[in-house]
This record gives sequence, C-alpha cells and structure tokens, in this order.
Amino acid sequence: MSAPKMHIKVTAWRQSGPDAPGAFKDYDVNDVSPDMSFLEMLDTLNERLIENNEEPIAFDHDCREGICGSCGMMINGVPHGPERGTATCQLHMRKFNDNAHITVEPFRAAAFTINKDLSVDRSALDRIVEAGGYITAPTGSAPDANLIPVPKAVSDTAMDAAQCIGCGACVAACPNSAAQLFTSAKLAHLNLLPQGQAERWDRTIDMVETMEMYFGSCTNFRECEAACPKEISVDFIAMLNKDYVKSQLKQRRLAGQVFP
Amino acid sequence: MQRSAVTQIKVRKVAAWPITFYRSAVGKKWVMAITGIMLMGFVLSHMVGNLKLYLSREEINLYGEALREIPGHLLPRTVFLWTIRLGLIGAFALHIHAAVSLTRLNRKARPVAYQSERDYIAASFAARTMRWSGVIVGLYVVFHLLDLTAGTANPDFVRGDPYNNLVRSLERPVVGIAYIVANLALGIHLFHGAWSIFQSLGVNNPRFNNARKRFAQGFAALIVIGNVSFPVAILAGVIKQSCEGTPIEEPCAGSGAFGEKN
Amino acid sequence: MALNSHIPEGPMADKWTNHKFESALVNPANKRKFKVIVVGTGLAGASAAATLAELGYQVTAISFHDTPRRAHSIAAQGGINAAKNYPNDGDSVHRLFYDTVKGGDFRAREANVHRLAEVSVNIIDQCVAQGVPFAREYGGQLDNRSFGGAQVSRTFYARGQTGQQLLLGAYQALARQVSLGNVELLTRTEMLELVTKDDRAVGVVCRDLITGAVFSLSGHAVVLATGGYGNVYYLSTNAKLSNVTAAWRAHKQGAYFANPCYTQIHPTCIPASDDFQSKLTLMSESLRNDGRIWVPKDSGDSRSPRDIPEADRDYYLERRYPAFGNLVPRDIASRAAKREVDEGRGVGPLKNGVYLDFGAAISRLGKPVIEERYGNLFEIYERIADDNPYDTPMRIYPAVHYTMGGLWVDYNLMSNLEGLYVLGEANFSDHGANRLGASALMQGLADGYFVLPYTIGAYLAPLLGTAPLATDEPVFKAAETKVAENSRRLLSIKGDRTVDDIHRELGKVMWENCGMGRTEASLSKALADIPAIREEFWTNVRVLGDNESLNQSLEKAGRVADFLEFGELLCNDAQQRKESCGGHFREEYQTDEGEALRDDENFAYVAAWEFNGVDTAPTLHKEDLEFKEVHLATRSYK
Ligand SMILES: Cc1cc2nc3c(=O)[nH]c(=O)nc-3n(C[C@H](O)[C@H](O)[C@H](O)COP(=O)(O)OP(=O)(O)OC[C@H]3O[C@@H](n4cnc5c(N)ncnc54)[C@H](O)[C@@H]3O)c2cc1C
Ligand code: SF4
Ligand code: FES
Repeated sequence: MSAPKMHIKVTAWRQSGPDAPGAFKDYDVNDVSPDMSFLEMLDTLNERLIENNEEPIAFDHDCREGICGSCGMMINGVPHGPERGTATCQLHMRKFNDNAHITVEPFRAAAFTINKDLSVDRSALDRIVEAGGYITAPTGSAPDANLIPVPKAVSDTAMDAAQCIGCGACVAACPNSAAQLFTSAKLAHLNLLPQGQAERWDRTIDMVETMEMYFGSCTNFRECEAACPKEISVDFIAMLNKDYVKSQLKQRRLAGQVFP
Repeated sequence: MQRSAVTQIKVRKVAAWPITFYRSAVGKKWVMAITGIMLMGFVLSHMVGNLKLYLSREEINLYGEALREIPGHLLPRTVFLWTIRLGLIGAFALHIHAAVSLTRLNRKARPVAYQSERDYIAASFAARTMRWSGVIVGLYVVFHLLDLTAGTANPDFVRGDPYNNLVRSLERPVVGIAYIVANLALGIHLFHGAWSIFQSLGVNNPRFNNARKRFAQGFAALIVIGNVSFPVAILAGVIKQSCEGTPIEEPCAGSGAFGEKN
Repeated sequence: MALNSHIPEGPMADKWTNHKFESALVNPANKRKFKVIVVGTGLAGASAAATLAELGYQVTAISFHDTPRRAHSIAAQGGINAAKNYPNDGDSVHRLFYDTVKGGDFRAREANVHRLAEVSVNIIDQCVAQGVPFAREYGGQLDNRSFGGAQVSRTFYARGQTGQQLLLGAYQALARQVSLGNVELLTRTEMLELVTKDDRAVGVVCRDLITGAVFSLSGHAVVLATGGYGNVYYLSTNAKLSNVTAAWRAHKQGAYFANPCYTQIHPTCIPASDDFQSKLTLMSESLRNDGRIWVPKDSGDSRSPRDIPEADRDYYLERRYPAFGNLVPRDIASRAAKREVDEGRGVGPLKNGVYLDFGAAISRLGKPVIEERYGNLFEIYERIADDNPYDTPMRIYPAVHYTMGGLWVDYNLMSNLEGLYVLGEANFSDHGANRLGASALMQGLADGYFVLPYTIGAYLAPLLGTAPLATDEPVFKAAETKVAENSRRLLSIKGDRTVDDIHRELGKVMWENCGMGRTEASLSKALADIPAIREEFWTNVRVLGDNESLNQSLEKAGRVADFLEFGELLCNDAQQRKESCGGHFREEYQTDEGEALRDDENFAYVAAWEFNGVDTAPTLHKEDLEFKEVHLATRSYK
C-alpha cells in the first residue's frame, strides 16, 4: 500500500549527561511513513545518526502501547504532542503534515533531572507513592474478595483514577511543575474504595506533603488534564484538596497537638 | 560513580497543625480560596452599594453613614465597620502572602525553563496572568484607599461626602481610566479566581462543574460591568456633578443619574 | 546433574498442603538475617519482593526500568483467571487445573498446575484487598468474563488494563516495604551476571545504567523474575526492552533452560504494516468473546468488508470448531488464521490479516455495552490502524506473544542451581506447551505471593548462621571483569551495522524458520544462519557512545548478543522435539485435518538444556512427565 513518504524536520534537545550543558540540534528525516508511530520516526532518525557516526538520541520507551508510561517528551511545546489523550508512543506521524518542523525537548522540572537527551529521572513520583500510595494488606491476610461489595460507580471512578500511567506529563505541562494530577489520581484510586478507608487520612497527608518536597503547587491551570494521556480529570485534584483539609481535622494523632 | 540526587525544593517539617497546614501549598491555596471568598463578598457589596450613586448624593451618603452605624446602638459607632475592615485587611494580606510564597515555590520547582516555545492548551489567559492582574488590583486598591478613604490622593476630598469625592475623583480622566483598567484586571482575576475557589476547596461534582464555570464568568462580568459603569457614567456626564457647594446635610436635587440637571 | 523435580508425595489435591506443612520454616526473628536478591520487579518479582519483605527477609530488588511500575506486566490487557466460581457456572479448582493441563497440550507438570489452580482464589482476594479496581456488577460484586480454552467465566478483569492494575497493586505493596526500609530498590540497574560458587547462586553483578558503574550484590538466594524471551523474534507483542539476558546469563552459569521452543503466537494482533515496524500490538483475546472471526470465501474478493454478504463470508473457526467457536485456544486460532492467509484469503492491503467483526455483537448488545467492554482496545486499534472498529471489522493476525519455555525449576521454583529461584514468565513451569489466556498473570502472582515465600524458607533454614559471600571474593571480581570486558568489547567493534538492523535479521530468520510452523529443513536453515549472524554481529556491529553514561545502544547490544546465542538453543529444542504440541507446530507432524499431532510415547518430557559453550552443542536432560489425574488425550475443541 505504502502511503507517500513524508519529510520531517526534527529539532532535538541534545545533552550528554545530567550536568552537561545541552542545546538544540536540527535533523532532517526523509522517508517518514504516515503509518509510523512518533517513536518509530525517532528510531529511523537514530538509525541514520548511527550510520553517520553520531550518537543516537536517548529517549525512554518500552511498551509502545501507551500503558507503561516510559515515553514522554515535549513535542512542539506540548507533553506527548498535539493529540489529546495520547502518549508519545501512540502518536502517529499521520497527525503531522509533510515537511512539518517538530521540536522535541525533555520534560523539565526541578525534580526531573535530565539523564541524557530526552530521558529524565522521574523517581520523585515513586517517592510520593512510597509515602502512602498503598493499602496495607500483607499477603495472606485478605478476606474473600466478594465480602465487601463495592458500588459499581465507586469502582469505576476509582478505575478512572487508577489508570494513571505515571508518565509525568502532568508535571511537565504544569507551569508550576506541580504533580497534583498524578498524586490526586493515586489518592483518589485508594481513597474512594472501601478497602482504602483505614489509611485514608494518613495517606493523604503523607502523599501530599511528600509531593510538595519535590514539586510546585497547583494553581488550577488545568494544563495537566489537557496533557494527560489518560485524560485524568482535575476533579480528582479537587478531591485531593478536600481530603487534605479534612485530614488535618480527622487525623487524630495530629489534631490539636504540637509536634514534636 | 554516584547518580545525582533528585532535587528537593522544600523540607517537610512537623509543627502544630495549623502551621503545618498553612506551610503546605494545598493549605495555602485553601487559605487563598477562603480569603478570596471574603474579598469577593466585599467586592460585590462594594459594587452594589455604589450603585446608589445613580440615585442621588443623599442616598449614597446615607449609605456610607449607615455602614458606620451598623449594628445600630449595639456597638459604638464604626466598631463594626472597623472589624470588617480589619478582617478584610487580614484577608488581603494573607491572600497576598500565600500568593507570593507559592509563586516563589513554583519558580523553584522549574529552575530551568523550557528552551522551546510552550504551547498552552487549557490554561486561559486569565489563569496565566493571575499574578499580574493581582498586582494591578493590589496597587490600585492602595491608591483607591488613599484617594477615597484617607483622601490624601484627592485634593477635593471632603470627609463624609463620598458622592462628591467619587465624582470629583473619577472625573479626572487619568483616574477614571486607571479605575477602568484596574477593574478589567479585577474581572480577569475574578474570572479565574471564582472558578478556582471551588477547585481549591474541593467543592466539585461533575453535575455542577459547568455551573461553576458559568458562575465565575457571571460574577466577573457583573463586577466589571457594575464598577466600570461608574467612571463611564461620570465621564459621560450621566451622573451629574451639580452639588458643588451644597452642604452635606442638605439634599441636592440635581445629583444621581435621574435628577434634573442644572 | 540429575533432574529432580521434588514433587511431593500424596494425592494431587493434598500435595501442596502437605508440602507446606513438611517444609522447614525460618523463625520470624531469624528471617532478617537472610538476604534475598530479587531481579525483576514485574508481577512475579514485585509480588515476591514485597511478600518476602513482609515476612521479614532483607530484600534487594533490581530492575532495569526506572520504576517497578513500568515492567512488561503492565501491558497485560485481558484478565486473570481464578477458580472462584462466582458465576456459579461449574468452575472449580479441579476444572481450572484440568483446563490448564489440557490447554498446555499435556506438557506441563501436573502437580505445579494443581497448586496454581489452588492458590488462584487467594490471588483475587489479595488483589482486591490491595485495592485493585476489578470490574464490578451493579450489585457491587466482582464481574467475570470468559476467555479462550475455557467453557466457564473465570476471568477477572479491570477494563482492558488488568495487568496494569495488578502490577500497581504489587508495586504499591513493594513501595510500602521500600518506605519501611525492608527492601532496597535499585532501579535502572541491569543484572548482567549470575555469580555462583559450587553450583550455588551467591549473588549477581549489575551495571548502573545511568553511570555505567559495575558492581556486585551478594545474598543467600537469588530470585530471577525477569520475564520472557519473545523478543528473540524482534517483532512481538512484548515490550521493547523485554529480553532473555538475565535468564541466559544464568543458563551460562549452569542453570538449565527448559522447553525454549514453546513459544506462543497470539491470534489477535494488529498486522504489521511495513519494515519500520518496531513492535506488534496485541488486541486482547477477550475480544474473541464478542467478535466473530471471518475471511471472505473467495480469495479474490476485494469488496469492503461491510459489503460482503453473510453468504460470502467464512466464519472458519465457528465452522471448524462448533463447540468452542471463536474461543478455541490460542495456538489453534493462530494456526487457523495462518492457514487462511497462506491460502490467499487474507484481508487488508498486504493481505496479511483476517477480520474480527463486532457487527453482530453491536446489534445484539448495543454500542454502549461494547464500548464499556472494549472501548480502550478499540481506541488503541483506531490509533494504530486508522480504522474505526465500530464500523469496520478489525484486521488481526497472529504474533509472538508469550514464551512458555524458561529456566528449569523444580516444584519449589528452584533451578538446578541451588539458591537460584525463577518466577513468572522466566521459568517454564506451569503452562506446558501452550498457555491459556489470563493464566500468565495468575502464574506470576501465584509464584510471587504464594509459592516462593513458602518454598524459599526450606532452602534458607539450614543456612542460618552463614553470611552471604563477600563481594570481594574472586568469583565476584571475575564476574565483574567479565561484564566490564563485554561492554568494552561491544564498544570497540566499531563496525557498520546497527544493533537493531542485526536484531531484525535474527528476528526474520526466527519467524520464518521457527515461527508458527516449523520443519526439519527450516530448522536446519535457521541453525545454519544464526551462527553466521552472530559472527556478523561480533565483527560488524556499531555501538557508539561510552560506558560511563546512559547508553541505550550498549544496553541493547548486550541483549541482542544474548538473543543471538539463545535463538540457536530455541531452534535446537524445536528440532529435537519431533512432534507437534501447543505452541510448537512441526509441519511434519499433523493430522489429516491439519491439527497438531502429539507423540506422547516419545516426547512426554520436559527438555532441559545444559550449556556447554557458545559454539558447542548443549546437553539435553529429560524430565519425564506423568499424567495421573488428567488422562492423556488428543485435545479437541470441536
Ligand atoms: C500485550 C500483552 C498482553 C498480555 N495480556 C495478558 C493477559 O491478559 N492475561 C495474562 O494472564 N497474561 C497476559 N500477558 C502475559 C503476561 O503479561 C506476562 O507473561 C507477565 O506479565 C510476565 O510477568 P513477569 O513478572 O514474569 O515479567 P515482566 O513483567 O516481564 O517483568 C520483568 C522484570 O524484570 C526486569 N528485568 C529483566 N531483565 C533484567 C535484568 N537483566 N536486570 C534487571 N532487571 C531485569 C524488568 O525490569 C522487569 O521489572 C500479556 C502479555 C502481553 C505481551
Ligand atoms: S496523571 Fe496523567 S499525565 Fe500525570 S502521570 Fe498520570 S497519566 Fe501521566
Ligand atoms: S512506551 Fe509505554 S507508554 Fe509509551
């Protein structure tokens, strides 16, 4: 069938390591098929670079199905590029015009150290989860799964939140580098379910305060929602805010007491 | 060889809970929302009260006087008014303090800016310019107080005659235009702020998310239209300036928008 | 070394219970004196690391991903099986056991499979307690769907993202242990060597992928949960980084590799569109619940699918297998599709697919129901193929998907090397020659949550009082040198071809000669070609950059180098197995109707290979399989 090939001009951020200075560099990629995914276009470019003895552009990827959250870069000033609800690996070249000029830059935030080129360290997101993003249920201690009925609406909403792939695009999109959408998605997933109630208030305090050690604050721009490949709603951020305020009162250990 | 550590922008400290709460950005946003509601209440009643300008000098002057008298003889004169004023000053100060510290935190959260052009998808002009609309409004409020409350910025100031003071002040084109600009900034600030409040307080529900937005738009529009109408009406001569020399105690027939012109 | 599978005595249904009782235990206070290294934090690894840490062991968990949540397990779509019998449709532990043994074409170890079926119910309880948002009915109870190879509904699912939700559950349990200080988590760290002393696993050598630093870790036991090797075919549904390196390097240290030729081809993937294709995308098998598979009766039919009347369509699965219809096991569905395409009835621009049609289901159930069930899969499809499956049937074709083979393990999940445990897709244990849908997640979690935590105690208990070997011992130093030397060598070749280019060439040889259909001749060809490609690689590959920073080409080169050795073993195994069973289809051995023809007389064994050197023939060890509960029979899904 082969559709007519496209020519794409790519301007890519090149940076050899975390502390090295970086700069943009221009490349021409011919023979781009509209059926290629964005990462396949970069693969093609990298093959050319290697042929010309230039180091390939480093970028993270794995599943290439929009689920692992590895991929992600700024494509023409938007995390994951122009298509809504789509991770970089799921973006296809047919969404661009022939001779398009595409600029790719790594996600930027204080917490996102650049490893190399377009690859960044997003481990601060794991620190937020470690702070309380779980339900304590030691293996073997669980009662029968159908013991607690979970209303379908609750389970569905928890699932809407739980879909977050941890890509960090929300942080990258936010003018404040806030990780609110990520954190709120994690919190809502667990705070909505009956199983998550016991730790709800501790979890909220710990995750929010850990988040703030690394990331900026939400000032309700809603850029995160627009960039999120899973289209996670900012309504979950509202829920985070409410739960955090409530947790200050409900959290018995801290209420009214002066620490340490 | 060591990996570089992840940059932290803030240290988590434990303190008495209201302090921990205010120290957190989410807490600060909550405080901004609550103080925002107070300021919105003020802005709305201020605007509504000023509509008396259209009635007559007497009406608005009595309104000013009535504010000092609330709540009748239960409290000494102006105590209540000052309580409200102090409350508003406190709200204003907290609102600004929270905004400034959040701004500083957010700068730290992205020390290296994007090197290519950002393309914003959802963030509205209003949202992105909150800082600047806030600064404009803040500066204007200071001038406004000096002009019409303290009177130091108004050569024709007469204590107890808000009608005269206002008309005299706003008929100066520069002041009138500054008033309009400040109110447009206020409108923009309110447009994002009024929506944002629900978000920061966590009052949301898919069922009334649209209403939230319409409320914010409606509120901002109402305030801007109401407030901007004053300088426009004065500059256009709709609100008459005919009470020169009439003692405050006496009614002035040609005042307001409906009285006769002399 | 003789193979001893250590299957406990006693009746099938009691083996696991008795074994747990008879195994030595480590007292709670002593557990923290043992150090366990878990390589891989996918479903199997994360669940194992979290559970071992909960029990009190000191755990170091390693992953080359930047966070455990990105492991390949995240991509599993369809669901996880469990013999809960919530729908009351006749399911039981015994039926799940039976289905799995039969589905595996009688090449799995019965005792392992029975244990798997037993613990399957606990897995669902565990996951729900962790907050996995499985799909629910309106009454708040868990929902089930049916899957290929079963006549009951026993599959639990979370939209089309079951693997994601299960992995997040395991990852969160792991995160909790990390925050408690019970697990040391090393991300972006690749294990490149297993270190053994006297046939005992004593540690691993890793490379820090960010700084290039090579270092050793030592422990009382090493657990590999490093996933499958489907990417030896270059194109597969596996995540791009999935590889055989950890398993292969353990194999080179003496661990036996079992049944590598059992590779599963998944029937419902999006057909490839061109050479640039970097991977294939799976469309969950659950689609076969409501989708009907067909091709035009006439190979020249160029009408658009919607214009082809019922009379001109061949619903070939429903026709050939009336009892199971579109829900026949994967190997059968895949071969049937291959047959249609080979005979020229393929559809699509490259004539390389068959239709999967939702027209009937949409008119029966309505679009909202279909959207609720498969919405996100339809979206994925539309994004890739640029076609809307609500209107036009999907085009699908089989692709490499899962590998049943893996490192040989005994009933305790320990390999022939003492102290080396292998879990999840990386071992060979439970699926025989073919895995049923929704059973890999079940097996990974069974291994990690409920099997290893019991069996490892028996190995560790007698080691109480011994310290892990010091990492400055010569065995560690030698392994570190080997790793560093390997990187140096790869960087110094400076040839003309890229790693991907050579990998693609290997993949093509594997797919064409040892893919869905295999013959003596094709296998001989592959066995002749692979060493030549390997030679080409080691003389002509171009790996740029250095060893001291993130170097993805170097990582890839190391993995492809292992595939180039491993591919040969896979073909050897396929050549040795002169029968067709499950995912291994030798064209010489088929019935008149084109079905797989097993040879139980001669091949009812596990083929466990011992490494003798790269260019030396491996030694075959056989573990005979006995079928006491499920009687050997020809699989029939008619
Ligand atoms: C598209 C797709 C859909 C699927 N859907 C289903 C389904 O619906 N139901 C079902 O039951 N099964 C399904 N499967 C199969 C199932 O997902 C996998 O078999 C299973 O998740 C494997 O889990 P694992 O823990 O063994 O390995 P993986 O998830 O592959 O994890 C491997 C881990 O090992 C690490 N690792 C590997 N090598 C090294 C090394 N050298 N050093 C350090 N770390 C290393 C990786 O970083 C990773 O953490 C699907 C598979 C695919 C491809
Ligand atoms: S909330 Fe969305 S954008 Fe943020 S990490 Fe999760 S999936 Fe990515
Ligand atoms: S590569 Fe996995 S989400 Fe894009």
